[in-house]
Amino acid sequence: MTKRAAEEHIAPESHIVPISLYVGIWATLMVCTGLTVYAASVDLGIFNIVVALVIATLKGTLVVLFFMHLRYSTKLTMITVIAAIFFLLILFSLSMTDYLTRAWSTSIH
Amino acid sequence: MATSDMDIQVAEHALQHHFADMEQQQETSTFGMWMFLLTEIMFFGGLFCAYLVYRASYYQAFVEGSQKMNIWLGATNTAVLICSSLTMALGVRAAQTGRRKLMVVLLLITILFGLGFLGIKAIEYHEHWENHEFPGPNFHFQTIDKTAPVDPQHTEIYFSLYWAMTGLHALHMVIGVGLVAWIIIIGLGGAFTPAYFTPVEVVGLYWHFVDLVWIYLFPLLYLISKKHGGG
Repeated sequence: MTKRAAEEHIAPESHIVPISLYVGIWATLMVCTGLTVYAASVDLGIFNIVVALVIATLKGTLVVLFFMHLRYSTKLTMITVIAAIFFLLILFSLSMTDYLTRAWSTSIH
Repeated sequence: MATSDMDIQVAEHALQHHFADMEQQQETSTFGMWMFLLTEIMFFGGLFCAYLVYRASYYQAFVEGSQKMNIWLGATNTAVLICSSLTMALGVRAAQTGRRKLMVVLLLITILFGLGFLGIKAIEYHEHWENHEFPGPNFHFQTIDKTAPVDPQHTEIYFSLYWAMTGLHALHMVIGVGLVAWIIIIGLGGAFTPAYFTPVEVVGLYWHFVDLVWIYLFPLLYLISKKHGGG
């Protein structure tokens, strides 16, 4: 490859995220951690787990979008991540439709 | 971005012949890493699914098991991992902008956070071990709520999942620390430039993924019930 060709091909379209954004994400994650510990000390009944999972998913989304640069990635990468979530939900939902409904059949007899 | 002669040399050296250009090469590597992380998600997913099934079946036993967790050590470790993710992200950024020394310093801090996490985890593991909260012949569990006692065997399932999930996570941390150390060593030798820093980016993805797993492990294992351990 000639020097000129290398120069043309040199800089991949890499998005440089401002430091302030990284620090902002970090601060949000820290606040959310405090929030999830606090929320666990309040009795919300069935909603305790819902709140815990919503906060965890919010934190996870921030990590994936910004720390892992998904927001600036190719469509192919985004599809990969969506596929991961999709198959994970298949694993959970199909397993649970089995386990949660097993008692139904025994109660008939 | 100004490209120095050295950058071009590294780029020529780093571009493998089967890729059209650096951009395609970098995208391919990142995609490959995400495919690997997809398999990792399914790998951890199996354990999360087992957790879901047994938690649904033996909820009260899981509540009592989780009350043996030290929430403050767990929360501290969550904070430590989030901080390590910040220094990792800033380290990748330093590689991206060609600041080699800054990258090395930030990645060293990341390693320190990682080792800090493992140290705190070791303290917790030691406590659980001393309290016979390790599944097996020496497992011992005194039910907390005497009016509605739980089956110790069901609590043992909680602890089996606790050890398996946090243990697999800790193994990933150890591997992560090793990978970051490797990046520091080859980075010191001048392997990376703004034109070529894919290994830093890819190891960063792995590190953040391990952080992501813990983000879910912490509330699921430590924060099941409103009654905080010891409180």
